[in-house]
Amino acid sequence: MSTEQDMTSFAFTAENLEQAKKIIAKYPAGRQQSAVMPLLDLAQRQVGWTGIPVIEYIAEMLEMAPIRVQEVVTFYTMYNQKPVGQFHVQVCTNICCLLRGSDGVGETAREVLGVNWGDTTEDGKFTLVEVECLGACVNAPMMQINDDYYEDLTPESTKAVLEALKRGETPNPGPQGGRQFSAPEGGPTTLGDLTFGSEKA
Amino acid sequence: MPKLTIDGTEIEVEAGVTILQAAETIGIEIPRFCYHERLAVAGNCRMCLVEVEKMPKPVASCAMPVGEGMVVHTNNANVRKARQGVMEFLLINHPLDCPICDQGGECDLQDQAVAYGGDRSRYQEEKRAVEDKSYGPLIQTWMTRCIQCTRCIRFISEIAGTPVLGGLGRSEHLEVGRYVGAAVSSELSGNLIDLCPVGALTNKPASYTYRAWELKKTESVDAMDALGSAIRLDTRGNEVIRILPRVNDDINEEWLSDRSRFACDGLKRQRLDRCYVRKDGTLAATSWSDAFAAITAKVNGLAGSKIAAIAGDQTDVETMQAFKDLLAALGSGNMDCRQDGAKLAAGNRAAYLFNSTIAGIEQADALLIIGSNPRIEAPVLNARIRKRWLKGGFKAAIIGPKTDLTFQHDWLGDSAQVLAAIAAGNHPFADVLKNAAKPAIIIGQGALTGEDGAAILALAAKLAQDTGVIADGWNGFNVLHTAAARVGGLDVGFVPQAGGKDTAGIIAGAQSGEISVVFLAGADEIDMKSLGNAFVVYLGSHGDAGAHRADVVLPTAAYTEKSATFVNTEGRVQRTRLAIFPPGEAKEDWKVVRALSDALGKPLAFDTVKQLRQRMVASNAVFATEGVVAAATWAGAGAEGALSDKPLASAIDNFYMVDPISRASKTMAECTAEFGGGCGCNSKKKTGTHG
Ligand code: SF4
Ligand code: FES
Ligand code: FES
Repeated sequence: MSTEQDMTSFAFTAENLEQAKKIIAKYPAGRQQSAVMPLLDLAQRQVGWTGIPVIEYIAEMLEMAPIRVQEVVTFYTMYNQKPVGQFHVQVCTNICCLLRGSDGVGETAREVLGVNWGDTTEDGKFTLVEVECLGACVNAPMMQINDDYYEDLTPESTKAVLEALKRGETPNPGPQGGRQFSAPEGGPTTLGDLTFGSEKA
Repeated sequence: MPKLTIDGTEIEVEAGVTILQAAETIGIEIPRFCYHERLAVAGNCRMCLVEVEKMPKPVASCAMPVGEGMVVHTNNANVRKARQGVMEFLLINHPLDCPICDQGGECDLQDQAVAYGGDRSRYQEEKRAVEDKSYGPLIQTWMTRCIQCTRCIRFISEIAGTPVLGGLGRSEHLEVGRYVGAAVSSELSGNLIDLCPVGALTNKPASYTYRAWELKKTESVDAMDALGSAIRLDTRGNEVIRILPRVNDDINEEWLSDRSRFACDGLKRQRLDRCYVRKDGTLAATSWSDAFAAITAKVNGLAGSKIAAIAGDQTDVETMQAFKDLLAALGSGNMDCRQDGAKLAAGNRAAYLFNSTIAGIEQADALLIIGSNPRIEAPVLNARIRKRWLKGGFKAAIIGPKTDLTFQHDWLGDSAQVLAAIAAGNHPFADVLKNAAKPAIIIGQGALTGEDGAAILALAAKLAQDTGVIADGWNGFNVLHTAAARVGGLDVGFVPQAGGKDTAGIIAGAQSGEISVVFLAGADEIDMKSLGNAFVVYLGSHGDAGAHRADVVLPTAAYTEKSATFVNTEGRVQRTRLAIFPPGEAKEDWKVVRALSDALGKPLAFDTVKQLRQRMVASNAVFATEGVVAAATWAGAGAEGALSDKPLASAIDNFYMVDPISRASKTMAECTAEFGGGCGCNSKKKTGTHG
């Protein structure tokens, strides 16, 4: 994990550079600035966050003023302006999740990880943050860990997911209550009877 | 051309015009914060809402193009209610600290709150506060007052071309600030203060020293560079508090360079406010009559050839005319207004003017800059060139300093040989000029002051003739001056008369003893040590190099303290106006010369400024008309000769300090310490000196 101090310079790995070129090629010539968001994402995947060296590297690559890149970075919360742990735990506390018990999820997460909102565990493994709606309200409450969503959480399942990660396992993402994706809890509630209109007895 | 109805009046306007602009053509002013006619449309403040029939919601008139048959209401109950809502939101987080705000009395937010604000707040919650940013010695920030109109961001990116400001964060956390490590040191940064519609960006040197309504406003003309920008001098008592630009689309649009704006504290420092005569090696204060007596004692009976005069960079035409006449009366032809030794000949006007005119540069489609850095020599002109470049279809190149000019250009090297190659057609840029419809050349003083100045000028002239820079109805041959006085001096013919010596000759003569009396009319930029044992009489406003060398010092007025004629680099005759009186015993320069002529027993033939100006018109008819540029007839320029291998550089090395006024200014000293000599703010790398 890099810390704020040790990001003094940044450059894409050979592989990512290749990737970056492909991304830039998607946009018409002279419009390469449109690639700023995917490139920032690519850089963040490489080093975990988008510090000033990342901003300047990308600004130069896309021939734009660094301030324009910094505006993008500070606008979107998904770009980390500070280093994060190996697991970036983002707990949704917006309205639907709140109504469905995100308080309990958050509390459990803080307890299990032993850190407060916004902090990183001492071993540098977990960073816990509170976020706004992640668009999975139908499976509220939920949290996002790196690229995966863990949904239908209870304090217990929250604990189970985090403990598993601690042990180095990879818990299954998706709903933790057993339902399939966002299908109704307890199985389908429509189309149970497959006979049509007049066929009905 | 679409027809539409605005507040019951039917008008026809060009397609693509916005509702706000259309309304303006019939005198309806729509309130706005973010819209500015010289900046890109942002449409983010929503103060300009109007109602358009058949549209479901009020629309932002600054961003909405007119449509055929639109029926617009700019001031009905709905519109007023919408604007009141916008205003209420704007004021939620505004500190409402008008009583202690320097913008108070000239604040758009304050004015419009009178029209659309409530008489009390419904907002009970906590207000947001924003940390102030550090923008350097010129701009004071009060970021809590910022209404996020983004005018400052757009100006610094679009007009100044040094994109260091941006909106960081989002929604409630949005703050306007600068990029980490970048300095807000554009040579045009003072304009941010004018553009900011609220008191978020204010004049730092003048902080807390004035209230807008107690200042006396005098419209005048700038003399800090050779553009002659239109300015307004805001004074209180006998003090210039601040200098603002006025609109003059021919020259400065509505911008002003930082030196022209902020060097005004130099008008109060280092001033000569009485006469001095050197006694036993030190200058001792004395009276006008004693000072004149000291001069008379030296000059009377002296052969004319032993007397000489050099005029400085801010000397007005009246003074030079008077001096010229006085020297003629004394039988001397030794005089020069080109203290830098520029190889420009008086009389051949087209060879020393900015012929395309400043506004005309917007028509050029190819540009070659020779020995000049317009960004620090004339920042406002540089912004014009950038504006031209932004429109596209414009190719520029420079032979001279390698620097960031804020517009794309090729650096062709800094040797005069490159110019020779282009002129000979052996360089690809020759074709660029040839193929352009309206090619232009800008030649700076840096190229003209060397030994080979005349040769470079001749090469440039040849190139101009060969490539269509000079054609029917177009003259793109442009000499860019750095001194406000220079064109006026050449126009009035303040150059060696028959048998007389030029600056270099005068200096050599002073050293050898051939010349024993030298008058310096505000000339501070020559090497004073090389004046030998000559008796030096200095006329000027500031205790700068000239006064220190002088044997007699005669205090005169600065450009803010007199009505004086200057001719800008285009050849535009303009007059400054008296805003304050000269300090102490200082007098207007020409009056000093007139009085001196009496003392010397050679009274000049004019007693009033009117007569003097008639005398100027008699010596050159251009002085008859103010404010316009008369096209000068092309008659070649320069003289062929050998080129030296000295690299071509700008005539100015520190933008912030070029004349006695700016050298006396504390603000300019702070800028030099913080920003260096200018041109440095676009560095993408952290410099380590700025946090
Ligand atoms: S500082 Fe002034 S000009 Fe800049 S965004 Fe804020 S209100 Fe607008
Ligand atoms: S409210 Fe939590 S995902 Fe939408
Ligand atoms: S002036 Fe139209 S939105 Fe600001």
